Amino acid sequence: MSAVTESAPASTPPQAVVRGPSFASVVAALLRKELLVELRTLESVPGMSLFAVTVFVVFHFALNKDGVNGDEAAGILWVTLLLAALLGINRLFVADADEGGFDGFLLAPVDRGALLVAKALALLAYLVVLELVAVPAFALLLLEPSLGPALPDLPGVLLLGDVGVALIGTLVAALAVRTRARDLLGPLLALPLLLPVVIGGARASAPLLTITHAAGPQLRWLVTLALYDLVFGLIAYAVFDFLLED
Amino acid sequence: MTADSGAGSGAMTAALELEGLTRRYGEREALADVWLSLGAGQTLVVLGPNGAGKTTLLRILATLLRPHAGQVRVLGEMLPDAAWAVRGRIGLLGHEPLLYRELSARENLRFHARLHGVARERIEELLAAVGMARRADEPLRTLSRGMTQRVAIARAVLHDPELLLLDEPRANLDPAGSELVEPLIGASSGRTRVLCSHDPALDVAGADLVLGLRAGRQALLERPEALGESAVGELYR
Repeated sequence: MSAVTESAPASTPPQAVVRGPSFASVVAALLRKELLVELRTLESVPGMSLFAVTVFVVFHFALNKDGVNGDEAAGILWVTLLLAALLGINRLFVADADEGGFDGFLLAPVDRGALLVAKALALLAYLVVLELVAVPAFALLLLEPSLGPALPDLPGVLLLGDVGVALIGTLVAALAVRTRARDLLGPLLALPLLLPVVIGGARASAPLLTITHAAGPQLRWLVTLALYDLVFGLIAYAVFDFLLED
Repeated sequence: MTADSGAGSGAMTAALELEGLTRRYGEREALADVWLSLGAGQTLVVLGPNGAGKTTLLRILATLLRPHAGQVRVLGEMLPDAAWAVRGRIGLLGHEPLLYRELSARENLRFHARLHGVARERIEELLAAVGMARRADEPLRTLSRGMTQRVAIARAVLHDPELLLLDEPRANLDPAGSELVEPLIGASSGRTRVLCSHDPALDVAGADLVLGLRAGRQALLERPEALGESAVGELYR
């Protein structure tokens, strides 16, 4: 029986209240709402994808060479993905702030960490879709070696980076959205915090993008990425409640 | 004035108790030294001109804002420390409908129902009650303000709250709409209500207690029968 049921007055028996919502069901409800709104507005993912492809086109002409590989290729790929991610991060809480969704959520008797998890999962989904578009475009426009040999390992490296971007992005977006300068503050806060993700991701994926494809991803950079994800996951969960408070 | 000023004092359990409630935005005092007590099942009507502090009062009672001084007890729980214990027992209908424009009325209510652990049947029941069953699957952005207000009212009472916080609930509603929502948010709903109003003639009659705010200060606290017309008029001068 939920707390709502137990505390309802005898004069108005809450017949409709059947059970308290579990953490998982709250996350599922928030995530479903998030994806529905994005599917109907197409405000984040198309913009992020188009931005990434445009940056690759700009690099293609600006570098004026047949292609890039190794560290150079990894750097261009990760920096572009990071900048595209910032567009999604900036918009992550805008509908909630502008349409009162924050208040609606805060009035519910639920663990506020559910909002962090749902938003981070939504951002993670956006990043995966972004990479499904951006990585082939990168291979086509800029990458000198074939993408094929890198494919078994590259998605894993990208996913580890995405988890970090999603957690830090959600934290920063929640902080920035309630300020007047949210469009400026979001990137300013996110970029320094995401720098280790870019460094780790680029270093781990550079061996995958060489012409010889001599080695797999560097383990120490994968471990560094995973640890960074873990630390920021814990920090985000610990402080998120305070970010939502008045 | 003291906490005993309210009509709900005495043997009746107090649903609201404010003792010297103060809230600031920066240097400006939005609410200063508000005292009252309201019994369970009673209605408090809050009057005052724009900027008087009515919305701030509702947001504090809804646990969305913290009081900066004084004591606030809502449904027997002290705020802000025990805010978690009263969330889910409060229904807020503010200026914003707290609904997503891209979702339909049914999707919005389903979302809030899942946050409150409310059964799906309740959604259909409320959509019918507010006369929105036929247009429940249209995106909210395509509905008129009055229709959105009806959905917002359904959202506010979805979880059968004990305390209803209403900020001009009939705004944008036509007479038929007002009549439809009366059983849900009116005095006959049996809930404790705090009703911010700009229409004293309509709302004061159904009140158990009237609070007048002016520039964040408690300008009057009276039972409606003891309230003179001049006292209300004075608030808006």
